[in-house]
Amino acid sequence: MSPHASETLPRHDVSVQRLTKNFGDTPIFADVSFRLLRGEAVALVGANGTGKSTLLRCLLGLIPASSGTVEVLGRRISQPRPADLRALRCRTGLVAQKHNLVPRLSVLSNVIHGLLGQHSGPRYWSQSFAPAQARAAAMEALDQVGLGHLAGRRADRLSGGQSQRVAIARALIGQPQLLIADEPCASLDPAAGEEIMALFFKLVRENGVTVVFTSHHVDHALDYGDRVLGLAGGKLALDATAASLSTSDLRGLYD
Amino acid sequence: MTDISSFPRRVERPSALAFLGYVLAIAIVVWAFQGAGFSLDKVLTSPPRFADFMSRAFPPNLEPDVLARLGRKMVETLQIAFAGAVLGVVLSLPVALLAARGLIAGPWINGIVRNILGFIRAVPDIAWALVFVVAVGLGPFAGTLAIMIDTVGFCGRFFADDMEAVDKGSAEALTATGARRLDVTACATLPAAAPAFVSTALYALEKAVRSSTILGLVGAGGIGIELKVGFDLFDYPTAMTVILMIAVVVIAIEALSTWARKIIIGEQR
Repeated sequence: MSPHASETLPRHDVSVQRLTKNFGDTPIFADVSFRLLRGEAVALVGANGTGKSTLLRCLLGLIPASSGTVEVLGRRISQPRPADLRALRCRTGLVAQKHNLVPRLSVLSNVIHGLLGQHSGPRYWSQSFAPAQARAAAMEALDQVGLGHLAGRRADRLSGGQSQRVAIARALIGQPQLLIADEPCASLDPAAGEEIMALFFKLVRENGVTVVFTSHHVDHALDYGDRVLGLAGGKLALDATAASLSTSDLRGLYD
Repeated sequence: MTDISSFPRRVERPSALAFLGYVLAIAIVVWAFQGAGFSLDKVLTSPPRFADFMSRAFPPNLEPDVLARLGRKMVETLQIAFAGAVLGVVLSLPVALLAARGLIAGPWINGIVRNILGFIRAVPDIAWALVFVVAVGLGPFAGTLAIMIDTVGFCGRFFADDMEAVDKGSAEALTATGARRLDVTACATLPAAAPAFVSTALYALEKAVRSSTILGLVGAGGIGIELKVGFDLFDYPTAMTVILMIAVVVIAIEALSTWARKIIIGEQR
C-alpha cells in the first residue's frame, strides 16, 4: 500500500472474512464477516453459548478458526508461525471476566508481566529483578487505574474491582493497539462493574485503542460501543451503529 | 393414593454385563487368596508363635550404648532421606516441565518423559538401592541415589500433573500480550502450581523417610542394617528397639510435614 493510499483509506485494525468455527461436529458460528476501524469500540452481544468468547479468542489466534480469514493489525493469522503470532500479540491484550491475575505474586509483578511480549526473559518475571524503567512504567499504569498505593500487595488479597483494575493496567502497560475484553465486569457487583467499564473506556479512548468487548448488559453495549455486533443462531445477526439502536432492538437477540 | 408399582425399585436389577463383572471380581479374589498361600490353619496356629516372639522381644533393648549406636544410624537414615529427597525434588522440576502437556514441550517429548517416569516408579526403591550398591558400592551414598531417583519418578509425574491442573486464565492473558511459552510458564503456571508443589514435595519427603529405613537391608546405608542383623542374630530386643524407633521417627516426620504444609501454603486452602 502506498503512503498516499494509507492516508485516504480508512485503516482497519480487524478484518474478519467468512469466519467459521466448529468444536468437533458442533457448529458454533458460521460465515461471520466484519471489519473494525482504528480506535473503534465494538460491542459483541448475544445469548449464552452463541460463541462470543470463542469469536474473541479467534481474533488473537488463541483458538484456531475452522475456516475463513482473520486479519489483525495488518497480519493474517490463519496458520501463522508462532513467532509471527507473538509479534502481533505484542500489540494486543486481553481483559477477561475472571481478571486472571497470578494470585501469589504482587500487584506490581502482575502489571510488569504485561511487558513480556516486548521483553522476554527472567528480568521481567518478577518486580524484584525488573529494570527500573519497567517498574516505573508499571507504577504509572497502576496510578492510571488508581491503585498505585497497592503495588506491593499480593494479587489474591484484592477485591474483585481492584483485581480487574490491575488486569486493565497489565493490559495497557504494553501500549496495545487492539484490546479484547471478554465480559470485563461480569464477576463484579453492579456498582463496581459500572466503575470498571467507565474507567476502562476512558483509558482506551485516551490511548486510541481499538476495542472489542462482550457484555450481558444491553446498556453497556449501547453506552460504550460505537458499533454493536450481534450473534444469534450461529450467524452475525446484527451489525449497526450504537446510535441507531435502542435497548429493545438488542433484547431480541437474547430470545 | 399413588400407585406403588410406579415407584423406582428399591434395588435395581443388575444388567447381564454388570452381573458378569461381579462374578469375575469374586473369582479374582478367590484366585488371589489361593495363590497367596492363605491358610486358616496357619492363622490359627500363629498367635502362640507371635506371642513367643513378642515375649522374647520385650522389653526392647534400651542399653545406653545400643541406643547411642542406633541413634547414630537413625540420624544417618534421616540424612539419606533429606539429601535424596532434596536432590530428587530439584531434579524433578525440569523433568516435570518436559512431562507437562501443553506447556513448553510437544506431545512426543511429553510421552517419552512420562514413560520414563513410569518406568522409574515401576522399579521398587529397594531394587534401585541394589542397583546403586553395585554402581557406587555399599553405604549411604547408594541409598541417597536410590531415594533421589525414586523421588524423581514420583515428583516428576505429580509436579507435571499439578501444572496441568492450574487455571489456564492467567496463562491465556499473558499469551494474549505476546509472551513466549517459557515466560508464560515461569510467570503464570509455576506460581499457580507452587502450593501443590510444596504439598507434593513434603509428601515425597515422608515417603523418602519411610523408604530410607529399609534400604539398609541391602547395604545402602541407614538403620535397616540393624534390623536385619537383629533378626539374623535372634537379638529380638534390639530389633524391637529398631522397629519402635522407626515408627516414632516416621510418625514425627509425618506430623512435622503436616504442620509445615499448613505454615507454608497458609490460608489459601
